[in-house]
Formats: sequence, C-alpha cells, structure tokens
Amino acid sequence: MNYLYFLYIEFLAKHNIPQLFGDITFYVIPCCIIFAALLIVVLALVLFERKLLGWFTQRKGPNRVGFWGLLQTLADAFKLLCKENITPKGADRFLFNLAPIIIFVPVMVALGLIPYSSEFTFMNFQTNLLIFIVIGAMPVLSILLAGWASNNKYSLFGAMRSVSQILAYELPIAFVILSVAVLASSLNLSQITLAQSSAKGIFGWFGIPCFIGFVIMFICVIAELNRCPFDLPEAESELICGYNTEYSGMRFAIFYLSEYALLFANALLLAVLFLGGYLSPFGKYLSPMIFPPEIGSILVYFEQAFWLFAKSFLIIFVIIWIRATLPRLAAFDLLKFSWACLLPLSILNLFLMVILKYLTGGGYV
Amino acid sequence: MSKLKLNLGPQHPSTHGVLRLILELDGEKIISCEPDVGYLHRGMEKMAEKLTYIQYLPLVDRIDYLAGFFYSELLCRTVEKALEIELSPRVKAIRVLLLELNRIASHLLWIGAFLMDLGAVSPFFYAFREREIILQYFEKISGQRMMNNYFVFGGVRRDIGYLEDVENFLKILPDKVNDYEKLITENPIFLQRTKGKGVLDKKTAFNFAITGVNLRASGVSLDFRKGDYLYKDFEFTPVVLEEGDSWARYKARVMEIRESAKIAAQALEILKREKSIEQTLINPLTLKLPEGEYFQEIEAPRGLASIYVKSTGDSKPYRLKWRTGSYYSVNLLRKILKGAYLNDAIAISGSLDIILPEVDK
Repeated sequence: MNYLYFLYIEFLAKHNIPQLFGDITFYVIPCCIIFAALLIVVLALVLFERKLLGWFTQRKGPNRVGFWGLLQTLADAFKLLCKENITPKGADRFLFNLAPIIIFVPVMVALGLIPYSSEFTFMNFQTNLLIFIVIGAMPVLSILLAGWASNNKYSLFGAMRSVSQILAYELPIAFVILSVAVLASSLNLSQITLAQSSAKGIFGWFGIPCFIGFVIMFICVIAELNRCPFDLPEAESELICGYNTEYSGMRFAIFYLSEYALLFANALLLAVLFLGGYLSPFGKYLSPMIFPPEIGSILVYFEQAFWLFAKSFLIIFVIIWIRATLPRLAAFDLLKFSWACLLPLSILNLFLMVILKYLTGGGYV
Repeated sequence: MSKLKLNLGPQHPSTHGVLRLILELDGEKIISCEPDVGYLHRGMEKMAEKLTYIQYLPLVDRIDYLAGFFYSELLCRTVEKALEIELSPRVKAIRVLLLELNRIASHLLWIGAFLMDLGAVSPFFYAFREREIILQYFEKISGQRMMNNYFVFGGVRRDIGYLEDVENFLKILPDKVNDYEKLITENPIFLQRTKGKGVLDKKTAFNFAITGVNLRASGVSLDFRKGDYLYKDFEFTPVVLEEGDSWARYKARVMEIRESAKIAAQALEILKREKSIEQTLINPLTLKLPEGEYFQEIEAPRGLASIYVKSTGDSKPYRLKWRTGSYYSVNLLRKILKGAYLNDAIAISGSLDIILPEVDK
C-alpha cells in the first residue's frame, strides 16, 4: 500500500496538487474501486451461474438480452427496480426495511479486507482474518430480522433454519482458520498469502498440507452461504423462498445481489487461505517475462489480481457444479453432519497442523 | 406444547397443482395433516350426463393431462364392450404402444418433479429432454402434445406412422435411464432423504385402497395389466419391491419405465407385422349404449383407473363415475405424514405421485 501511496503523491505533485488532497482521496479511491468492482462482479456472477446451470442442464441459459446474454442481469435488476415494494400486512415496517440494508454492509467490509495484490489491501490490520470471519457471519442477523419482521410462517421457518445452520457451521470454520493461522504464524491475510509463496508454485499452498481443512472449510462456506445442498433456509420446494418470500422489488434485489457478493467474498477468502491468494501457480509471475521491465513491474499487480480472481471463480464454478448435481439435505442430517463429522475432523486437523508446524521447525514453507 | 398451524398450499411450488394441506406443527414436526381438495374441480362427472359420448370423449383426456390416453381408452373400451366390438390386432398394438409411451412420459415427468422437490435441479431437465421426444411423437400422430383425443370408439382416429421415431427412442431410452440412475439412485443425500422415509406397509396400503406403483413398491404384486385384454399377448413382469418407502417408490417407477419400454418394443414388432388396419368405427351421431351398467378398469400410471357408466339406453349416460389413483394417495397423506418433519413431508408427498386434476376431476 505504501508503494502505491508514494506513486499517487508523486503523480499529484507533478500536477501541482497539494499533498493534503492526496492524503484524503487516497483512502476514498479504493472504496470506490471495490464498490464498482463488486457491482460488476456480482452482475457477472449471476450470469455466470445461470449460464453454467443452463449448460449443466442441457439448456442455453440467458442468450437474448445483449450479446450472448451479457445484459440479462442488468435487465433483471432494472425490472426489479421498476417493481412495487410491498410491505405485507402486520409486518414490522421498520425492521422489514432495515434487513436489506444490514445485509449489504458486511459484504462491503469483508471485501475490503482481502489482499488483491501485494500492494493493494484496502484495510490491512494484523487480525484481518478474524475480522473477516466475524463480519462474514453478520448477514445472518439480517436474515433473522427479515424472517421475523415479514409476519410469514415460511419466512420465520427459513430464518430459524438459517440461524441454527450458521451456528453449526461457524465452529468448524473457526478451527480451520486457527490451523491456517498456525501454519502461517499470522492472522493477517497478506502475510498468510506470503507464507504460501515458494519457488515450487502450487506445492507451497496451504491447500496441500491442510487439505482436510480446505475440504471442511469449503463445505462450511457452502453451508454459510445457504447454497445447495445446504439451501434449507431458502428451500424453494418447501419454504417457497424462505426469509425473502415477502420481499419484492429492489429490496429483494438487494438480498439477491448480496447473496452473490457474499459468495464472491467467501470464494476470495478460500482462495487466499488455501490456494495461495494472489500468487502465481507457476512460482513466478509471467508479466515481467513477457513485457519489458518498466511495464511489467506495474502489470505484475494486475496479474496478481487476475490470479486471485481466477482462483475464486474456479471455486465458484465448483460450488455451482455441486448445486447442479446434488439434492438438498434434510434439516436434521444437516446439523448432525456438522456437529458429529465436521467439528471433530476440524479439531483433528488443527492438531495435525500443530504437529506439522512443530516437525518442520518454526515455519512451514 | 405450542402448535403452529401451517397452510401448505393451495399456491405452493411443490404441491403439484392446487392441493391444500393444513398442517399442525410442533417445531418442524407434523402432528396432523388435513388435505383439502377440490380447487380444480371441473365437474367432469356431471358434464358427462349432459353430453353425448363423442362430445364427452375429448374432455376425458383432461382428467389426467399427463396420462390422457388411459382415460380415453377407458371410455372407448366401455363403448366397445357394450356394443361388443372386436378390435383388430393392429389397433390393439397401437393402443398398447401409445399407452406405454404415455406411461413412460408420465413417469419421466414424475422423476423430474420428485427430484425438484428434493432440491436437485438437473434431473428435471434431463427427464424432460426424453419426455419431449415422446410428446413430439404424439404431436406427429395426433396433432396434440398432451390432450391427444386420438382413440375413438372402435379404433383410432387415423393409422399410426413414424414408427422409426419410436424405434430410435426405445433404443436410446435404457442408456438415458442408466444416466439418471447413476446421478440419483446411489446418491448418499438422496438415500438419506428417501430410505426409510414415508414407509407404507401392506395393511395400510390396502386400507387406503392404494393401487399402482405405490402399492407394488410396498410388496404387493398387483398389476391390472395382467388380465387386461389389450395386454394378453405381451410378456412383462410387474415390478414389485418390498421396502415401501420413498426410495422404493422411486426405484419401482424407474424399473417400470424399463418394463414399459419392453412392452412398447413388443407392440412395435406387432405393428411391423400387421400392416392392415381394419376398424369397425361406430357412427357417433347414432351411438346409444344399451340399457345397463358398465364397468371397466385399467392400470394407469398413478394407480387403478376405472369407469362406471349407467345407461338408460339414451345417447347420453345417465350417470358416470371415475375412479382415479391419486385421490386415494391424497387421502393417504393424512396417515403417512403424521410424525414426519416438514422437509420430509414434501419428499413423501412427492413420492406418491399426486396429480391434482385427477384428484378433483
């Protein structure tokens, strides 16, 4: 971040703009970049999922609006924007309107914590990872509010299921991130990424020593995101749509978009923790080799962001693949699976990682 | 203990139509279930009293839009038996072929819808892909995809054609069914959702007059195709499974698709052999059933379907009554859902293959 800061100040000084202006705007720019990128990524993700689901089920997916269906999500968002917002009779009006607002904020914060390249982390704290996990569990509050305030039995069922599900799946996640923190000797996401760098490329990533942890976390993330096969809170064939049954228009759109934004944030986290974050899978970056050094040294940061996005989209692809294949779990099996299988495994994984760390002496690299 | 009353339906994505279930819940556990039917009542039986037989014939397809051939077959058969008309072998083979294709289409749709109830999206589209071939074939021969109105009193509306379509379809069908089975049958989540859920024992099944696949999945070998005059020259074995749970009902339907494909292949052989179609078609304008009571039954995809006609020698029936399989399955929900959990309830009611137009008539 410091490097970018100096570049920016230098650039302003050349054009005779006072440094104070730079000091203030420097922290606003990443906000805007993340927000704009988030919107684009989410719109792309919705299309990505619909296209993939289409191909998995022998259909074409959206292909009418815009070239190759690219504008489909925009058209949908516009349609939702035009629709009437209905507050059901007997609903708690204040909480009902508050819920969609609450769900979007944590996602934005969570995305600010991710190191997109070695020089670009919006909020770089020593305990980034912990903050991410705490923030990442916040949307359940919004879900509970939405379910409670809707004055609908189906919504309430969805909300209650969601809370019990998140409670059950947060614990294994906590143990898995502990084991990653042990491996990297840090709770800072940038340092966790750096700890995975080695000349061997892929073989330095934590996904290899901590494979059990990776699988556990992957499953837990799917459960936290309420996605198939853990989509009980919004099981459409049982609860119609769960907590957002009563929402319409833009409020529903916000729920829908934040769901995808959360999916993206969690995929990024998985990529950072286990797939080496922004590191290249070949051990060294390609852009300095292809381009002349003066351009290459800048392009490296874009390449890093590219690798991170590629990895997270790979994870999202697998999640969508699972959705296309598997039926939904039953409510009790879902809780049993977490408490009786994932939790003990994640504790075991933690012990294994501690032993590994001890044997390799100081640092696993 | 506090109870929660939940109104499942009539507008609910997984009641397959407009069924209303009034559930009393303790948490997510169902204490009692009260099915409420009649939202789709069209007065099928009363209408029959006002219409001549030929006027009524196009309507009967709509009793069960997924298995229309079975109901037009029943009405045609009633008239044919009453007037003592013999069908030629080719006409019989045509009817068997179309009935069995219709059964396959109906079961395919059920597989898709059942898996949709369980939350899996893909099998729905895979099953519809194969069903589409059948529907397109129906459209080719009768002009309609679903409500075909193809059987007439004394035969069929016109001779059948495009047999190579059926041949190709029967050739690829086993592979496609294998694909579904690979995806679904041994899937651990699917097993967890269906094995041992909604167990229907023999005695309950008899008491609730359950017929068809649901009964055969409970270990009773009762298939009304055995003994049916149309199926006299066909070789097949009724599918019987012992478990009686949702999984057995699924498996039985999949096996029945294979069995139906075999029957259809035999019918195809006959059609290739018997080229000439001889029909003694009845003039519908002068059609009058002799005075008396008539009863016919057939094995429809959703259980035994039967018709009762009382005629006073008029051109219209004095009274007409249908018996359909789904009606009894809906009644069974009262018993079988008690003690189940809400999300199992959807899976169980889905596994019984309930079609609402058939229930309400």
